[in-house]
Amino acid sequence: MTVLLVLLGGAVGAPLRYLTDRFVQSRQKTAFPWGTFTVNIIGSLVLGFLLEGSLLHHVSGTFSTLLGTGFCGALTTYSTFGYDTIKLFQTKLHAFAVLYVTASITGGLGAAFCGIAIADAVWP
Amino acid sequence: MDVAAQRPDLLSTPGAIVGAVAVGGALGALARYGLEAAWPSPSGHFPWATFVINVTGCFLMGILMTFITEIRQVHPLVRPFLGVGVLGGYTTFSTYSGDVHKLVADGDARTALAYLAGTLLAALVAVYAGVLLTRVTAGRFKTTSGRHAS
Repeated sequence: MTVLLVLLGGAVGAPLRYLTDRFVQSRQKTAFPWGTFTVNIIGSLVLGFLLEGSLLHHVSGTFSTLLGTGFCGALTTYSTFGYDTIKLFQTKLHAFAVLYVTASITGGLGAAFCGIAIADAVWP
Repeated sequence: MDVAAQRPDLLSTPGAIVGAVAVGGALGALARYGLEAAWPSPSGHFPWATFVINVTGCFLMGILMTFITEIRQVHPLVRPFLGVGVLGGYTTFSTYSGDVHKLVADGDARTALAYLAGTLLAALVAVYAGVLLTRVTAGRFKTTSGRHAS
């Protein structure tokens, strides 16, 4: 059962990352990987919400596995983040690379915090 | 990844690509879940499973992308399946953010900082190692086949 939930969440999260990336990248022309940045921030926000929700006993284990481990895990990515950063360094776009890493990490942490705050607000 | 700009041929069959990404993503997520279940980290401890997942995923992404873009042309579905799907679904940014936040909230700021910086540094080194390894290996192959030919 758990395996099926992870498979299902992953089968939805990964294509949604791909489609979001395509959508965002087709609307911007800079070297900054806005598409991957967007999914990583949104996924961190949703996971923060789910983790806090499950800590407050308002999100079941089934939902945590399906949406947290499966969906959010596959929606977000570290491998493309790492590869794009190295690619930015290799194409001499050092400022972009540093900005991308800094924005992704601070943005991801901020988004996770917002997700937790939203859960606390929804379930006081 | 700017797939559309680099591979215009991919635009012709979006259904097959989305399908390949979905299957790959499901398998990658399952591999991540399996590793995390087999190697659980107690609250307040360094999340080793997620660290290893993200670093190995980055190493493999360095190999895959270098092979595809510099060494040999592959089937148009290889990158969506293996890169966007399997490796994208295997590695995770949300668990990384969530774990760092949880460690700080629980008062384990040193572990949080070590995990935050450690993952980033190891991941970037892993990507670069994958890129270099693939280039060096491909170069050796070329040299070897050149010798055979002469």
